[in-house]
Amino acid sequence: MAKTKEVLVSPIFANNPIALQVLGICSALAVTSSMTVAMVMSIALTVVCAFSNLFVALIRNHIPSSIRIIVQMTIIASLVIVVDQLLKAFAYEISKQLSVFVGLIITNCIVMGRAEAFAMKNPPMPSFIDGIGNGLGYSVILLAVGFLRELFGAGSLFGVEILTKVTEGGWYYTNGMMLLPPSAFFIIGGLIWAIRAKYPDQEEAPEFKIAPNARASEA
Amino acid sequence: MEQFISLFIKAVFVENMALAFFLGMCTFLALSKNVKTALGLGVAVIVVLAVTVPLNNLILNFLLNEGALTWISADFATVDLSFLGLLSYIGVIAASVQILEMFLDKFVPVLYNALGVFLPLITVNCAILGASLFMVERDYSFGESLVYGTGAGLGWALAIVALAGIREKLKYSDVPAGLQGLGITFVTVGLMSLGFMSFSGVSL
Repeated sequence: MAKTKEVLVSPIFANNPIALQVLGICSALAVTSSMTVAMVMSIALTVVCAFSNLFVALIRNHIPSSIRIIVQMTIIASLVIVVDQLLKAFAYEISKQLSVFVGLIITNCIVMGRAEAFAMKNPPMPSFIDGIGNGLGYSVILLAVGFLRELFGAGSLFGVEILTKVTEGGWYYTNGMMLLPPSAFFIIGGLIWAIRAKYPDQEEAPEFKIAPNARASEA
Repeated sequence: MEQFISLFIKAVFVENMALAFFLGMCTFLALSKNVKTALGLGVAVIVVLAVTVPLNNLILNFLLNEGALTWISADFATVDLSFLGLLSYIGVIAASVQILEMFLDKFVPVLYNALGVFLPLITVNCAILGASLFMVERDYSFGESLVYGTGAGLGWALAIVALAGIREKLKYSDVPAGLQGLGITFVTVGLMSLGFMSFSGVSL
């Protein structure tokens, strides 16, 4: 039981797929300009990741290793098609906003990476949990970025106005840059900094040491 | 002709795959530590995009779209297989990368050795699948998809080589411990993306 909990919880902060493993960044940046879209994307990815892990784990002993990538891809692609069709049927507006990014879950390295690294070696149940855990880790970053971008960029959350904009007689000047692509990079960079400040063992060693007398503080 | 030039410019600069749509980010960040590697990967992406986007365009127009199968028999006029799109595109990409690899190995060994491990890696690069999906969404013709594929690849290559150049210099700078490596790379890419936004008004 303790192990199950660890498999579920550790990817959320300590071993976050985006911040530490650097996986699945493309969609994390692209779909975060509004909370609703980020939420739908997180749910879609968590579902796909959990079930692809489950199915890959179920047939892991029958997959010849030379064609395992193709097999995993087929499983993932089929799951993504299901999700895509469901979204088109029940949430058409959002599926339009997500445009190509639902399809891109197929090449999202989190899904592929977990199938290859975890599900190929573990029984179905832990794999399923691992899928959910990594999906949640991804969701946390996505929602955090989406929260900041929508709040400061449009003054709203989930489309509901929180900060009254100047254009509507309020006090808040919207920060247009938050809705543009570059802000997503800055926010994720900042989040990585925050997570690494909390878990210093994740820091990367600098490739070059600066000579001691070159720093102002050591002069 | 003009429309092709305009599309090409748009694909390279205005709608840069990496910096405006965040596609292919994983490889973009992981393999941009030095210019030489970045250049190899960039060339591989250009080649693969220029091949797979038009190929997927043919698949779409002759197999998947509603009424696309009429060239076999008029009975198929109402068959719509577009829901199989994702599965076929990724299949086409995986297969063409494999074929391209064998072809290069046999006929252009110099290029094959230069690209090395990057070719197979490219199958799972989201920029490749992304370009095909954009082609579908925007309804490009065969000619347009050829131009778009090449342009998108060139834009991505340009971005990764530029980033690698910056990172080569960056490793000598004194970065705060938590921001070292990945964090500072994100900030750099953000600034580059900000720079590329200045192209957004350009249209021919």
